[in-house]
Amino acid sequence: MISIRIRKKLSLAGGSGELNIDVELTDRSFTALYGPSGAGKTTLLRIIAGLLQPEQGIIEVNGQTWLNTAKKINLPAQKRNIGFVFQDYALFPNMTVQQNLLYALPPKADQSKVESLLATMGLQNLAHQKPELLSGGQKQRVALARALIRQPQILLLDEPLSALDNVTRLQLQNELQTIHQQYQLTTLLVSHHVPEIYKLAGQVIQIDAGQIIQTDTPNQVFGIQVQNEGISLAGEVVTLMPGKIEVLTAYGVIAIKPSAQTVGLAIGDKVSIHAADLSLKKLS
Amino acid sequence: MEYQPLWLTLKLALVTTGCLLLVGIPIAAGLAINKSKFKPFLEAIISLPLVLPPSVLGFYLLLAFSPNNGLGKFLESVFNLRLVFSFPGLVISSVIYSLPFMVHPIQAGLEALPGSLREASQTLGKSNWQTFTQVLLPNIKPALLTGTILTFAHTLGEFGLVLMIGGNLPGVTKVASIAIYDEVESLNFSAAHRYAAILLVISFGILLTVYLTNKRLSKNKLPV
Repeated sequence: MISIRIRKKLSLAGGSGELNIDVELTDRSFTALYGPSGAGKTTLLRIIAGLLQPEQGIIEVNGQTWLNTAKKINLPAQKRNIGFVFQDYALFPNMTVQQNLLYALPPKADQSKVESLLATMGLQNLAHQKPELLSGGQKQRVALARALIRQPQILLLDEPLSALDNVTRLQLQNELQTIHQQYQLTTLLVSHHVPEIYKLAGQVIQIDAGQIIQTDTPNQVFGIQVQNEGISLAGEVVTLMPGKIEVLTAYGVIAIKPSAQTVGLAIGDKVSIHAADLSLKKLS
Repeated sequence: MEYQPLWLTLKLALVTTGCLLLVGIPIAAGLAINKSKFKPFLEAIISLPLVLPPSVLGFYLLLAFSPNNGLGKFLESVFNLRLVFSFPGLVISSVIYSLPFMVHPIQAGLEALPGSLREASQTLGKSNWQTFTQVLLPNIKPALLTGTILTFAHTLGEFGLVLMIGGNLPGVTKVASIAIYDEVESLNFSAAHRYAAILLVISFGILLTVYLTNKRLSKNKLPV
């Protein structure tokens, strides 16, 4: 169990604000931090990692206190057993892939772990390459392997897939899923990408301007409800035109043909779109 | 023509560069992470030798090193060390004089590294020393090379400061630049020509090496 209660002053786009977070992460859970840019997601991740200090707060990880400002406890990043995957990967350019992993290995740890992790991540062939020669997806795999090799108590992922093309992104999502099942690490993922969160996370913490808006399953947060009559998606009417009604959802704007049921709708009305209202067509 | 002034010049440049690597890297690292309001003052002090006439620096150092004054008297009585008109005195003054040439490139190199490299190393449980020596320094090789070579070349070209602190003692403080002046004074132009040409060729060769090597190293850019 990881419990986090922190307050920190934030400089937000619209002036100053406060990051005010109180959450508990259950063991082996996969939680996504979702919210607009500047909401404080990365700040929260950095505070958990010990790279930033909040004005006030307590962080406890499996009974161990990492931070307690009242008791003046603040473990440095080096002493917190975390795996952090940075947005820019932060691979050490002077080391090969294998050396990056060896560097991360705690002293006295079994060196054969490097080999087996390289194999698990499909990186054996790249072991002796320098990071500059790798593709974005390969770099991300190395960054992930480097974070995993220390068997961290919590895995912190700061928009790890945001710079990748869609195909690689999907591939790495699958790998993250497999890794999570295999290593059972408590994971916190910062992401903007709703389908990604949907696929990976069991819980979403939605943050805006430093405050938690809601903590729930992706279904609840993104307005998808599975009911007897099928899947439905919540949204808000943004445009009304003779031939179409546009509804803003967590997945973007969806246009719907007006029908008998939509008579009398006004802009701003909360609506729910049913899967039956949409049609599918295979792309050639 | 005597070769002794040339050897002395090389020795002074090598020793000065060695000392400056030891002194300059910690100072540059300190400045790179320093965010206090005193940083501009420190930077200004370190950059002073760039703009001061060497005679001004030489004059103050001469006063400081003089056995009649506090520091000079202390060094002489406690360590039996006299810094005026001696090789150790030349080394210390050269270190001060070339300090910005070592500190600036290294500081700029460290500041240009993405902060995430240092943070990644910290999150991997590595101490600041391990992070600095195994991650940060190896990734600023071009800056280290530039600092080292500029310091070396700058020390080769010292004149005013050496004259003020060291004078013109053959084998002790008479470096090549002083020897040129000496030969010209005694109207011995052919010897002056030879010293001058040798210094010119060495200096050009050094600078060319810096630019060629940095061009090659900068191809290995950091991944963005």
